[in-house]
Amino acid sequence: MRLKFGSRLTLGGAIFAAAFGFCAQAFAQSTVKSPTLDAIKKRGELSCGIDTGIPGYAYQDSSGKWQGLDVAFCRAIAAAVLGDSEKVKFTGLTSKVRFTVLASGEIDVLIRDSELTFARNTQLGLAEPAVNFYTGQTFMVRKSLGVSHVKELNGATICVETGTTLETNIADYNRANNIKIGTLLFERPEEAFAAVEAGRCDGYTDDGGSVAAARSTMKNPNDWVFLPETIGREPLGPYVRQGDEAWFNIVKWTHFAMLEGEVLGLTRDNIDEAKKNPTNPDLRKFLGVEGDLGKFLGLDNDWSYRVIKQVGNYAEVYEATFGAKGLGFPRGMNNLWTNGGLMMPYPWY
Amino acid sequence: MSEVSTVAPVAGPDPRATSASASLRRMARWLRRNLFNSPGNSFLTVAALVFLALVLPAAWEWAVSQADLWGDSKGACIDQGACWVFVRVRLPVFIFGQYPPSQQWRVLLAFALLVGFAVPALRDGTPHRALWVVLLLTLFPLLAGLLLVGGVAGLPFVDTTLWGGLMLDVVISFVTMAGSLPLGVLLAYGRRSQLAGIRTVSIAFIELWRGVPLLTVLFMAAVLLPLFLPSGVTVDRLLRAMGALVLFNAAYMAEVVRGGLQGVDVEQEEAAQSLGIGWLQTQTLVVLPQAMRIIVPGIINTAVDFFKDTTLVTIVGLSDLLGAVNQALKDPAWLGLAPEGYVFAAVVFFVCCFAMSAYGRSFERRLARGQGR
Repeated sequence: MRLKFGSRLTLGGAIFAAAFGFCAQAFAQSTVKSPTLDAIKKRGELSCGIDTGIPGYAYQDSSGKWQGLDVAFCRAIAAAVLGDSEKVKFTGLTSKVRFTVLASGEIDVLIRDSELTFARNTQLGLAEPAVNFYTGQTFMVRKSLGVSHVKELNGATICVETGTTLETNIADYNRANNIKIGTLLFERPEEAFAAVEAGRCDGYTDDGGSVAAARSTMKNPNDWVFLPETIGREPLGPYVRQGDEAWFNIVKWTHFAMLEGEVLGLTRDNIDEAKKNPTNPDLRKFLGVEGDLGKFLGLDNDWSYRVIKQVGNYAEVYEATFGAKGLGFPRGMNNLWTNGGLMMPYPWY
Repeated sequence: MSEVSTVAPVAGPDPRATSASASLRRMARWLRRNLFNSPGNSFLTVAALVFLALVLPAAWEWAVSQADLWGDSKGACIDQGACWVFVRVRLPVFIFGQYPPSQQWRVLLAFALLVGFAVPALRDGTPHRALWVVLLLTLFPLLAGLLLVGGVAGLPFVDTTLWGGLMLDVVISFVTMAGSLPLGVLLAYGRRSQLAGIRTVSIAFIELWRGVPLLTVLFMAAVLLPLFLPSGVTVDRLLRAMGALVLFNAAYMAEVVRGGLQGVDVEQEEAAQSLGIGWLQTQTLVVLPQAMRIIVPGIINTAVDFFKDTTLVTIVGLSDLLGAVNQALKDPAWLGLAPEGYVFAAVVFFVCCFAMSAYGRSFERRLARGQGR
């Protein structure tokens, strides 16, 4: 049993900070107060809530090490805050317990392929710092079908997991477009995969990540193609508790730092070279050679360098998890805005 | 058969031929008595044989003749059958979870200690057997706990979030057993107590825990408990789950023990009293030893249950053997191998549970011999 008796101290600190808060802010910009950040530094470890196992987002490789897009985000935060991407305690959480566990303070941040919604934001008292994966209901069909758009699926049969909104989404889509996409329902994804493989359906539908997983279980994944359109929308991202804006900012800007790394062309391999003698002013500021980006977050100025060096930029992480080295799922909406996607990091100044 | 053939040869037909036909006759008799003793049973026998003939070759082909075992990636599975490569590559994770590989010897040592303490405690005729039982329930958990958690004597600290796989099942079921048995004995006595207060509390405790589903209890421990604790105080996740399991199973244990206590004749207690033996000694020397003989099969039955129930901890985010298998199925490099993973988990659980029931049966046989004296 581990008891943390720091709570009184932090509470005292918070009251103190509240009383003298705006004086402090007026005089010294660098004194960022975050109870969560203080607790993490004291503990020496980031406590990150993740999925108990889902391809692409969070899964264990053969040596039992956690991998995935969400896992990399946790590691990036640890690299920014503690200087070491390995100082993360991962807690696998089922969808039923995730928000309660976050609210109870057992974890610092929840990055568990969770959809960001109005209700969770306002009614659960949780904050949504960023979107790390845009997705929606995606279709995968047999290549030999020769279909390249969802609208052309009229008359086709699609395997679907039952008891989800997937089914009703298709019904709505049928009505809106006056076509008829048939569905075949299954209780468990494994059964649906097997039915798809056996040719009982022309395709499979689920959220983007799950369809990508389904494709890689097929005997010959190259016989299957993803359709470019999605129906419905699912922005997935991290959750933190409300009331700690400084911590909210750290999570948010760590995500943007990974995107900025891609924008500036910084990778794990070339960042040391780039840091030696940067001339580009954006690069100089981002890498902390000039300016005080890190200080404004309550971190040191090397934070963004460590995120890229230890974890990689967003493109590198995507490549290893969902991309060519992982599930083979096209980046689509998760591309940078310059490549026709939705990922646009906020400017730094 | 060999006995017959070693008997001195006598005049008449060849004794070996006689013994062969005799054993054939014996076999036919056995078949008739056990498998074809009525038209209904004959039909069932034939149906079962047909079913096995249909299923076994396919199962053999899948699990053995067409299966792949060697290699280190899914690509190594080129045959039509099972891809055991997956299980072999993941074996350390299935057994130790994420316990650091350089420290896994500690788990093995703790397991060796468990065997070292459990064998003398469970075997008949060990000198000072009661002492061994006490050591198994006190000294062993202390040693194993220090060994597994570490942070002392130069052993690096291993957080319980890294524990997993079969090791977690064994740890949880041992703690549940060692915690719930003494608590169950206390509760059983409490329920039989003549003091109304103690009796009511015991009955309330037992019926409360027996009246709620185990899943609910685990959820309470995992999700709601942290909300009730003062902010900043966290209790280890594994410890919470184990606490919940101990309390839950103690209620069941109490009923098993109570059944045993009721099975001991009242005269035994009265005889002890008439000899001037005090209550405590009457119970520990006369009643409990006799009750224990009755309840050991019940305890082992409950222990098999506990062991299988440990898989439920996956729903609170702990990853036992079944959880580790479930997780391994999500690795993009090994997708689509659910049958292999689940068959492996089933075999491991079957072997463990079967060993426990085999011990229980041998214990019962010895008991029957002892009573038949």
